[in-house]
Amino acid sequence: MPYIQVEDHLPGITGLLEYRKDTAGPIRRLTQFLLRGPNTLTEAERELIATVVSNGNQCRFCTAAHTAAADVLLGECDTTASVKQDIINAPVSNKMKALLTIADMVRKSGKDVTEAAIARAKAEGATDTEIHDTVLIAALFCLYNRYVDGLATVAPTDQSFYNGLGQRLKDHGYNRLPQGYDHLKNNPH
Amino acid sequence: MPHINVDENLPGIRALMAFRPETAAPMNELAEILLRDNEGLSRTDRELIGAFVSYRNDCFYCHTSHGEIACHYLGGDRALVEQVKKDYNAAPVSGKLKALLHLAGKVQVSGKAVTKEDIAEAKAAGATDRDIHDTVLIAAAFCMFNRYVDGLAANAPDDMDSYPLRAKQVAENGYGSHIYLGKQPVGS
Repeated sequence: MPYIQVEDHLPGITGLLEYRKDTAGPIRRLTQFLLRGPNTLTEAERELIATVVSNGNQCRFCTAAHTAAADVLLGECDTTASVKQDIINAPVSNKMKALLTIADMVRKSGKDVTEAAIARAKAEGATDTEIHDTVLIAALFCLYNRYVDGLATVAPTDQSFYNGLGQRLKDHGYNRLPQGYDHLKNNPH
Repeated sequence: MPHINVDENLPGIRALMAFRPETAAPMNELAEILLRDNEGLSRTDRELIGAFVSYRNDCFYCHTSHGEIACHYLGGDRALVEQVKKDYNAAPVSGKLKALLHLAGKVQVSGKAVTKEDIAEAKAAGATDRDIHDTVLIAAAFCMFNRYVDGLAANAPDDMDSYPLRAKQVAENGYGSHIYLGKQPVGS
């Protein structure tokens, strides 16, 4: 049970974003720009960064949600499964391996990022903006994971919930739905 | 030296914000709403939580900067700020703030480190749901800001006189693009 009073029909992050809508606004806008804005990294690549960080932080809700979003964007489930096991042997570009390695360092601590990891990413063709965005996406998910688990929000166990959420994140991104979330009261998917 | 090519005349997060104004805008907006709010927790309490979490994350630029903003609000009581960072249980702050700093310290480690007992203790000390929400979100937000600053190896000025001057800018004008677009104060 969540540590604060959030709406029952809104598990995970959504209940928190609806609890305090004024802080939710900039959090949603930051996420929308970083994960869906114009970028030389694809939406799927940026979701993989979110997935790897959430998985490393053992945040069940965020890991399942962003795995589902990346799966929908990629049209397959093997890449997310693989990247969560072992970045270096996952079927992603060498540039992405280098960026995901940086993201996992950021997850532990900003101070863990090494000159060598940055040099490797640059050698694989990563631009300064890609490195910046990777570090900030990783840092942002360190916020989300702590927000979601620090207030003990509910993580549904039903996979179909996350499939529906992944599709919603592909179709609508991270902006608040224009109609709000009351329609989910009767149909959690 | 920063890992990416940023304006070397700007300190800490300010250089990163100038590099990417599109992400700076919502980050400053979040800081303004979360840290300048006086409901439940005062601005001072909020900056103390931010400085404490940054200290635990060993982020020198952030803990010094936000410690100085708290110090400004406290009328210059730097000793109290230092005590909160290093040993809040011995600091002359309310029982409620001590319980919330304890909670923030858990969030700094992991969201999963927070227990029902931590929450019960905060509520017993008078914390409302909103105080608990804000404490968790402030702690989580500083886990982001600290990683952003250190993950890109942003410069932390060694001119210690410059920190109170930047703190005064924020205390008087809030968070916003002025912190990286405006003239940077220089220490004596």
